[in-house]
Amino acid sequence: MSLANVFTIAGSGMSAQSIRLNATSSNIANAETVSSSIDETYRARYPVFAHALDEAGQEGSLFDEQPSEVGAGVRVMGVVESQQELEARYDPNHPMANDEGYVYYPNVNVVEQMADMISASRSFQTNVDVLNTAKTMMQKVLTLGQ
Amino acid sequence: MAISFDKALGIHPAALQFRAQRAEVLANNLANADTPGFKARDIDFASVMKQQLSTQGNESAVALEKTHPGHVSGFIDEVEGGELLYRIATQPSVDGNTVDTQREIAEFTQNKIAFDSSFTFLNAKFKGLSTAIRGQ
Repeated sequence: MSLANVFTIAGSGMSAQSIRLNATSSNIANAETVSSSIDETYRARYPVFAHALDEAGQEGSLFDEQPSEVGAGVRVMGVVESQQELEARYDPNHPMANDEGYVYYPNVNVVEQMADMISASRSFQTNVDVLNTAKTMMQKVLTLGQ
Repeated sequence: MAISFDKALGIHPAALQFRAQRAEVLANNLANADTPGFKARDIDFASVMKQQLSTQGNESAVALEKTHPGHVSGFIDEVEGGELLYRIATQPSVDGNTVDTQREIAEFTQNKIAFDSSFTFLNAKFKGLSTAIRGQ
């Protein structure tokens, strides 16, 4: 039954958006995490989304005789670190300053992160709405003939 | 005299199934609203309807000839006969994604309303049948 798939699809969307929200909150929380070396400095993290194809259907489930082309929502392929350059600030009085007097700030753009946060939360809401609608549709089907 | 459910219920069960399937496609579009390179898809109601009418006992329908009782009928899936098409993007996006969330929500809502009306028709058919059985 395809309505049951809507739950899986919207669920995968919600899960992916929450991962994105997690990454964003981690980025904002660490926006001021300074370090004395480039390697140790926090870098902005971003999840990579990909279209999930329905593999369950291809294994020949009871209801899907043919593999579904529709897909099964979204899948998070992994989390990548931003390769953008870090911000080096000359601050010899900073306790974390290195021998040359530099501290390194993460490559987190807080404005960008806030926009990302709003986008993720809106997409999450959309998926919740889809889930709710599918739920009412399914409940309605159960009352058939009553 | 047996009641033929197929004849009594008409196109409505298939319409309901189509709406459920379309809900899946649209939900998939919405879930992938932030996936780079994802292309929004949809099923065309008219083509599915056309196919339904041709498979439902019309003389003009193209049917497979069965030369052996073991042959399986209905190779074409009832609802999936409608092709899964790509939506034409209204605005270009940098990452190649063609999902317009607002449009998809509108389509999804419309699809839900259509589902509800098909359901109402189907329910009315069942009520009519049970009234006929009771003879009231």
